[in-house]
Amino acid sequence: MSTSILFDAPGPRTVARHRLYSIIAYVALAALAAAAVWRMYDTGQFAYDQWEPLLTPAYIEALLVDGLLKTLQMAFLSIVLAVVFGLVFGMGKLSDHSWVSWPCWVVVEFFRAVPLLLLIIFIFFSFGVGDGIGSFWSVVVGLTLYNGAVLAEVFRAGVNAVPRGQSEAAYAIGMRKTQVMNIVLLPQAVKIMLPAIISQCVVALKDTSLGFYILAPGLTAVGRGIWIQFGNQFQVAIVVAALYILANLVLTWIATWAQRKFVGERKPLALATAPQETGE
Amino acid sequence: MEAVFSNFDLVLRAFWVTLQLLVYSALASLVLGTFLAAMRVGPIAVLRRFGSLYVSIVRNTPLLVVFIFIFNALPTLDLFVDTPFLVKGVVALTIYTSAFVCEAIRSGINAVSLGQAEAARAVGLTFTQTMTQVILPQSFRAVVPPLASVLIALAKNTSVAAAFGILEATARMRSLTNDNADQRTGIFICFAIGYIIIVEVMSAGAFSLERRWRVAR
Repeated sequence: MSTSILFDAPGPRTVARHRLYSIIAYVALAALAAAAVWRMYDTGQFAYDQWEPLLTPAYIEALLVDGLLKTLQMAFLSIVLAVVFGLVFGMGKLSDHSWVSWPCWVVVEFFRAVPLLLLIIFIFFSFGVGDGIGSFWSVVVGLTLYNGAVLAEVFRAGVNAVPRGQSEAAYAIGMRKTQVMNIVLLPQAVKIMLPAIISQCVVALKDTSLGFYILAPGLTAVGRGIWIQFGNQFQVAIVVAALYILANLVLTWIATWAQRKFVGERKPLALATAPQETGE
Repeated sequence: MEAVFSNFDLVLRAFWVTLQLLVYSALASLVLGTFLAAMRVGPIAVLRRFGSLYVSIVRNTPLLVVFIFIFNALPTLDLFVDTPFLVKGVVALTIYTSAFVCEAIRSGINAVSLGQAEAARAVGLTFTQTMTQVILPQSFRAVVPPLASVLIALAKNTSVAAAFGILEATARMRSLTNDNADQRTGIFICFAIGYIIIVEVMSAGAFSLERRWRVAR
């Protein structure tokens, strides 16, 4: 429903009233912003030495290379692995054999319901410490299991969203089950699922920040290093948040583009867009 | 496993903290999220823009960074200095979740069919009346499933508080595995089951609400 339905084209009195509300809202928001700025000024947040580390080339490089790049690497690796995991378990859940579909169902539901941080902590302290896989891979494995479980659901829903006639026709011309899946259903399903997979990248990118707890490399870890040295938590937090927001906006933009290019105006998969919208 | 049962009171207390975080921030973010959604569909352009700015900023920020703001950054501005950790945790979770609640409710408002609003306008209801008497009661029904997944995500997100010194279930698992390294897997499974119970209870509740409130459309 477009918002214009909710209220009429306003008459003169309503226009005046809305103007009044607008002015009040402007004043309130401006007051809020002014209070925030004043508070920052009052506590010396604008002092140059608070911002200096963030303008120093060495630290900018640390933020971008050790921070952003590592974060993107973690997200990328885990999404690639998660797609594989999701394909295997998603197809497993669709299997006609209950001895295949049941274990897959249990695995997928387990990793979807367990908090990611709990999973990462368990992986790190069981396999990551000492001579283990290290904090970087602990985060990647945790993200893979969680996002893979979510993607398994996406793949299952995507395959189910392909019209029934497609698989019926394929069976009718004598294809085997694997052929139907590989040649007919999956190629069509992937097209529907692409935006969902990309928006899952946004979730993965955001969740790499959980590596903070196990001292994994990444933006938050670099940020902590900087603020421990200089005591400028506020400035570092703003820069880190800005970098995350920027990366995510780019990804969202790509998702929209892929949606338009590959899916067209068809309604996106209901389940597919869910993860980004629920804040997991 | 044995470590969990011999320290069962500690485990229960940890899950109690998790539940407190969950309930307080769920209530707060439902209120704030509804408020934001009203801003985003309302006739005041400034508030509409403010609402969508808030949502797009918060949605793209990791929850952990929101926590860093509340726990590390704002104290340097003399804010939240002596606030109890639980309150700070609730504030951070509320800021984050309310953006998603707003989006869920807005999609619910969009799900109410056009004719309803047109009819309400036709009998001369004002914007406020249209919203409170006609649109919102219906959209709350359409909104149950997406809102339930937002709140379930919130239940899992409370675990992030463990990284900031709140002794809830995830932090308790960490300390138990520290003391009983040989029973790591068992302890992990127990805590995972605890979370799964919370999640399943919530989705069962949502399902029954959805069934009870379902309307013919």
